[in-house]
Amino acid sequence: MTPRHLLSVADLGLEGIDEVLRLADTFVEVGRRPIPRVPALRGKTVVSVFFEDSTRTRLSFEAAAKRLSADVMTFTGSSSSLNKGESLRDTVLTLEAMGVDAFVVRHSCAGVPAQVAGWLEGARAAGGAGGSGASVVNAGDGAHEHPTQALLDCFTISRERERRFGHSPARPAVLSGLRIAIVGDIRHSRVARSNVIAFSTLGATVTLVAPPTLLPPSLSGWPVEVSQDIDAVVAKSDVVYLLRLQSERMNEQFLPSLREYTATFGLTGERARLLGPSALVMHPGPVRRGIEIAAEVADSPISVITAQVANGVAVRMAVLYLLLGSGAPVGA
Amino acid sequence: MGQRERTLVSPVGGVFRGRAVVMDAEDVRRATWRIAHEILEHNRGAANLVLVGLQTGGVWIASALAEVVRAVSATDVPVGALDVAYYRDDIGLRPVLPVAATEIPVDLGGAVVVLCDDVLFTGRTVRAALNALSDLGRPAVVQLAVMVDRGHRELPIRPDYVGKNLPTRRLEMVDVSPEGVVLGDIVGPESEAI
Repeated sequence: MTPRHLLSVADLGLEGIDEVLRLADTFVEVGRRPIPRVPALRGKTVVSVFFEDSTRTRLSFEAAAKRLSADVMTFTGSSSSLNKGESLRDTVLTLEAMGVDAFVVRHSCAGVPAQVAGWLEGARAAGGAGGSGASVVNAGDGAHEHPTQALLDCFTISRERERRFGHSPARPAVLSGLRIAIVGDIRHSRVARSNVIAFSTLGATVTLVAPPTLLPPSLSGWPVEVSQDIDAVVAKSDVVYLLRLQSERMNEQFLPSLREYTATFGLTGERARLLGPSALVMHPGPVRRGIEIAAEVADSPISVITAQVANGVAVRMAVLYLLLGSGAPVGA
Repeated sequence: MGQRERTLVSPVGGVFRGRAVVMDAEDVRRATWRIAHEILEHNRGAANLVLVGLQTGGVWIASALAEVVRAVSATDVPVGALDVAYYRDDIGLRPVLPVAATEIPVDLGGAVVVLCDDVLFTGRTVRAALNALSDLGRPAVVQLAVMVDRGHRELPIRPDYVGKNLPTRRLEMVDVSPEGVVLGDIVGPESEAI
């Protein structure tokens, strides 16, 4: 792996994830200060390059960069020279020539962040203009991966369990022995892919719950169990992780109807009563209330959805600091 | 002569090999007592006093000073821990990772803050600590207590309370613990990086 980029959560390995989570603890403390900002990345420039709609991820990364005192630039695909016919590669190299230290990239196609990293590495190897060796952070690429979401989810599970129930985790595999159910649209979900890797790396047992149409065409090599019986799975899970139905990516008929989906796979109020006393309910957002999760469940104390968002800033600070500031190699 | 050998944590790395015991446990205890009394004398008591140890070497010193203050003046002084990694001026020049989270239990506005550290060397850590403190509040006074002042300052910073002034060579290393102060050298693959 290259410590310069964060393209997949698998790049980090167990030790790398643990390092991010421990750093995030220190940034949670920074976030509680009267002035929630440290000068660690003064003089660095972070550009968010988003080719796909996003609220929380882009703002979360930008807040993280600002709290580290980095300069932040925002690039949105829809209002750029791409509309004048410039290639993505030229756009990236143009931005790099302006002195960018990190690219936070989201794209609807899997592999674009890796491609951007490849172009930057190529420019660096060739020397000449640009080639400063900027970092790339994958902020979600197609149905491939969303590594910082997985990191903030691991952080939220481990720290919320510690805060609420006093379960201080054994490090570094802080999710050892936990049973985590990921429910819903696995097929279109990069969050599911990154989380399956991260949860199982940290020692959890992952069960996917989805209708067969919303599972990926092949699950070979995935360290998961699969079930269609949500009631049985919910009753014995420590964490129930719900995914949004990604209707915008559904170009064929995956479901008979939304109502039937909610009845069969949604976390309704009735179903939530099957949960154990120390179970947590999570969702990466944006939440479609009344479809994958009932409003009353999303707003109940067992839901840590807002904690996920709050922790997202601290975890992204940790990632940016590791890539740009620490001078330390990330992961194994 | 105690030969202590241990692996150092970041940012230095390498292995410390002790050469001379400069203070023993009893000396450290006496210095702690004297510094605590000096702090109380200088500030005319323990009112508004907050002892802040720098992670990690200064944290036990802050606690030890607080214990003496408690014994002498029957006052429970708040003790904090400050990690200055994100304020260092050598970020990007070498691995800089925090060792533990900052923990300041009280509002620092108007407080008499005594920063505590084991060794005062270039003064750059203290500079970083002063900047960090100003993000956490606005103390009335900030003072500096160190167990060992080894010289080689690179910034206009001086301690208010010193356990021992110890002339050193630049490449030497000083190890401070409740068991004593040892002067030695760093040996190992990373020793050239300092």
